Amino acid sequence: MTDVLAAVDESFFTDRSGGSCIQDNKLFCPGWVADNYDRYVEPTLQHLVLVGSAVAAGFLIAFALAILAHRHRFLSTPFLAGTGVLYTIPSISFFFLLLPVTGRGALTAIIALTAFNLQIIFRNITTGLRNVPSEVTEAATGIGMTRSQILWRVELPLAMPEIIAGLRIATVSTVALATLAVFANGGGLGTEIVTGSNITFKTGIIVAGSIAVAMAILFDGVLLLIGKLLAPWKRVAA
Amino acid sequence: MIGVPLASFGLFGEAFQFVFEGREAETGGVTVGGTSQVLELAAKQFEVTILALAVAILLALPVGLLLGHYGRGEFLAVSAGNAGRAIPELALIALMAAAIGVGLVNLVVALAILGIPPILTNAYVGVKQVDRASVDAARGMGMTEMGIIRRVELPLAIPTIMGGVRTAAINIIATATIAPLAGILTLGDFIISRNVYGDAGVLAGAILVALMALALEGALAGLQWAMTSRGLKLNRS
Repeated sequence: MTDVLAAVDESFFTDRSGGSCIQDNKLFCPGWVADNYDRYVEPTLQHLVLVGSAVAAGFLIAFALAILAHRHRFLSTPFLAGTGVLYTIPSISFFFLLLPVTGRGALTAIIALTAFNLQIIFRNITTGLRNVPSEVTEAATGIGMTRSQILWRVELPLAMPEIIAGLRIATVSTVALATLAVFANGGGLGTEIVTGSNITFKTGIIVAGSIAVAMAILFDGVLLLIGKLLAPWKRVAA
Repeated sequence: MIGVPLASFGLFGEAFQFVFEGREAETGGVTVGGTSQVLELAAKQFEVTILALAVAILLALPVGLLLGHYGRGEFLAVSAGNAGRAIPELALIALMAAAIGVGLVNLVVALAILGIPPILTNAYVGVKQVDRASVDAARGMGMTEMGIIRRVELPLAIPTIMGGVRTAAINIIATATIAPLAGILTLGDFIISRNVYGDAGVLAGAILVALMALALEGALAGLQWAMTSRGLKLNRS
């Protein structure tokens, strides 16, 4: 049996305040949270770094792939298949496929989470670009714009809502998945769930899980807002 | 036998040796790994995944189909999908095990919770997207509402519904990897219990889980292709 399931040692509960609630391991002990919220600061910051790096790297790579696939249509199928494989491999498995290459640590976790992201973002960017009406690009050609001008000044702005939608899905999923980074010694909120005797400590699991959910909602809201700012015509339409 | 040349491949060689022959446990004494333990844990992971996926489909698909057919509950169906993505898998499994208890049933329930949102949302969207003219034609021919759902909307929504089922399957099989935390030993035990299996076991577990996820995804893609009506395939090409 796994060591994380080992019986909870007494000291884990006795060095925490909260009295009988902790002793009985009740579902939620507010007193303990009030006394111990500071222990969540570092894991939360680590979690932010994991998610921020993975989504940023995923976006840059997927963006480059999507632009290539937009220019050269034949690349679209292999890119979709390749990112599909990376998406399908479970992150926790990916961490350790990298074990002989990057060992354990935050970098390993970030690479695996990036690999997971690619398809979601790639697919949304290519869909967004494909949905730009051909009359618009023809009009742009007609007024003498070059291909790259059309891409950057017509197609990408019009594809923005789809691109942001992809980023929102990728970010929210990554916040949830990054709790697994603890298995790769990558830190994050998962540390407060599995390390030591935490796995049986309900209050701790709830607090760590709630911070992750709150972070996902926050990122989602920020991206939604950015999307509205970048696509003002949508607000008029709605 | 094959152990000697494999050693030259470093950790990968050791992982293969772990899978096919077994290795001495890090804790000493017993031999761990080997085909029999690998097959046993793989079978458990497969069983747990299929059970949870079946529960998720049974609960989410009818609701999604009905909501989509009557065009009600869009907010519920769509926000379920959004909220589902935000559930931290690790916290869900750990809390389920700590608060309700370890065991197969609890694990299957926790995994099914992860599978329900994408299936519900995609079933709703898939049915909603069906051309209203097709539905009206079916109604004009005298089909009942249930008949319309079953014989018109469901077949036309299969690609979207299967997209949701595949997303759910990937989430479930990935999370089944941490099932040992809930007392059910799956292939993830090789990964989580490094103190027993060593890095060779960890890498072997990672490879096996990845292959299993890819195989499941491939099988479901094939199933989707087989279930999609010929008319829809013609339209797409």
